[in-house]
Amino acid sequence: MSAPLLALENVSKHFVVRRSLLGTPTAVVRAVDGVSFTVDTGETLALVGESGCGKSTTGRLALRLIEPTSGTVRFDGRDLAALSALQLRRSRAGAQLIFQDPYSSLNPRMTVGEMLAEPLLLHTDLSLASRRERVAELLGVVGLRREHADRYPHEFSGGQRQRLAIARALTVDPKLIVCDEPVSALDVSIRSQILNLLKDLQQRLGLAYLFISHDLAVVKHIATHVAVMYLGRIVEMATRDRLFSAPRHPYTQALLSAVPIPSTGERSQRRVLAGDPPSPLDPPRGCHLNPRCVHAQEICKRTRPELVADDAHPVACHLWHDIVSSSPPTPAVGPEYSESLQRLFRAFDARGQD
Amino acid sequence: MAALSEPLLIEPAHESPSARAWRRLVKRKSAVLGLVIIVLFVLVAVFAPLIAHYDPAQQSWTSIRKPPSLRHWFGTDESGRDVFSRVVFGARASLLAGGVSVSIALALGVPIGLLAGYGGRWTDAVIGRITDAMLACPFLILAIALAAFLGPSLQNAMIAIGLTTTPVFVRLTRGQVLAVKVEDYVEAARAVGNPPIRIAVKHILPNILPALIVQATISIATAIIAEASLSFLGLGQQPPAPSWGSMLNTAQRFLTNAVWMALWPGLAIFLAVLSFNLVGDGLRDALDPRER
Repeated sequence: MSAPLLALENVSKHFVVRRSLLGTPTAVVRAVDGVSFTVDTGETLALVGESGCGKSTTGRLALRLIEPTSGTVRFDGRDLAALSALQLRRSRAGAQLIFQDPYSSLNPRMTVGEMLAEPLLLHTDLSLASRRERVAELLGVVGLRREHADRYPHEFSGGQRQRLAIARALTVDPKLIVCDEPVSALDVSIRSQILNLLKDLQQRLGLAYLFISHDLAVVKHIATHVAVMYLGRIVEMATRDRLFSAPRHPYTQALLSAVPIPSTGERSQRRVLAGDPPSPLDPPRGCHLNPRCVHAQEICKRTRPELVADDAHPVACHLWHDIVSSSPPTPAVGPEYSESLQRLFRAFDARGQD
Repeated sequence: MAALSEPLLIEPAHESPSARAWRRLVKRKSAVLGLVIIVLFVLVAVFAPLIAHYDPAQQSWTSIRKPPSLRHWFGTDESGRDVFSRVVFGARASLLAGGVSVSIALALGVPIGLLAGYGGRWTDAVIGRITDAMLACPFLILAIALAAFLGPSLQNAMIAIGLTTTPVFVRLTRGQVLAVKVEDYVEAARAVGNPPIRIAVKHILPNILPALIVQATISIATAIIAEASLSFLGLGQQPPAPSWGSMLNTAQRFLTNAVWMALWPGLAIFLAVLSFNLVGDGLRDALDPRER
């Protein structure tokens, strides 16, 4: 296999939240702490975890929208940190970002046409006419009409706005799109449309997604690989099927068991995590999960487990062997869509549209 | 899977943000009233020679301090000049002072504020200290000091007022930039590969414009008063050219026996300032994104 499209190696981002009078940091949040993963063309790596676990920060680090404290980010074989400001701006065409809230991600004072043509203006030397043509084409790709180019964002609904955000991301043929909770702010019915649009675009354009989400149902629908984050660290990483069928980390198991299973009548025992996530300012010693973990033992309080990869399914837990063998793997707690949502999906698929 | 061909959901009405703001502005009676008065004043200032039937500097020793009459609608002053003609021509000085000084303040204050808000920590700190220092001085004192330093003339008064108003715009712009630059669309603009200057000008500036327009309108009112004050003190418009402020200055000595000399320029200042404030308030509401 050649070099992956996107590779993060041991990337950390520490935010200084308090300084002494002399300017030396006295309080630091390790928002992202030693994260490594790769994303290949055509793949979707989902980053999942509770809010505040560093998912979004990781996504922005992958694009060098914020500077990492340490570690390297390679995109398309190039070390992003080595690029000058100008080179970085040029390279931005290759990787794009879609935001959670389509109401704040579109400039309210720019028409759709101006917004979509902007990346072309910056990265290509197309004429005005061909820029217009490309904008019209993009609007078609995301299911809007060419007349929409003259409108302002406030004239669109939430789902349409998210389509516009996707169109903007697609303008200059990126290879990677970081999707930061792209459907969390949308109605359930619109959500499936957008997810299917993303999937369809991936197939047609060979895109790679770094898909940030807290919603495992959505992740199961779209991801090929999943990385679970907790307090700035990846605790488990596997292909989607493997992670959903045989989760190893107690945190992953708890997340999966929290997904509601509709309509089947059976009720798997929920493995609820006790308490709230600890303060990232002062994470617990040892394994960050130990105060909330039912399996925690002495070692968990002393030593922080590293992400160990003995096969293609690395996990950061001292005890995962015991946990997995003692308790039957969470019985197919596949997060599924509710029946109504599944019907919707089927309906959309059947119509050959999203 | 083919792209969607059907239109999605309901078609919204097509209207640009500025068209929407205008529609909302003209719904407010007080703002429309202010706008009408401003337009009238501007017309008066532009067509002053056609409206005034006397030369505003023309003295006449036969008609000194005459009360308002059919010949002299607003009466005459202490050297027999027609007060109506002087008020009409005085509108030029006042409106010019308001417009030019606020333009100076905008031209300087907005770029500096953008730099402070969008630039680095150090530029922000330095610019912030300087504006703080300038704002610590009372507005009029600073304007008087500057005007005195530059020398008395209408032009210098406008420069003095403009410079004194600048820190208001620096601070306003900076604050607005700080609020807007954390918006997702600014990050999206960065992610698309915009250079910083383009982000500041194309993505941030249009979104902070409403606040700047409102402040500019209200600052024009303040600048008109400041020009009148400077002229009153002899630091603005120089005699014999008329200005509402200098007319008040001479009128104060005759307040008991020729009240019309003070009444009309005073009323003109009052009306001009009031209308700019009314329009400013109306714009504030019309441009407020929270209201539909």
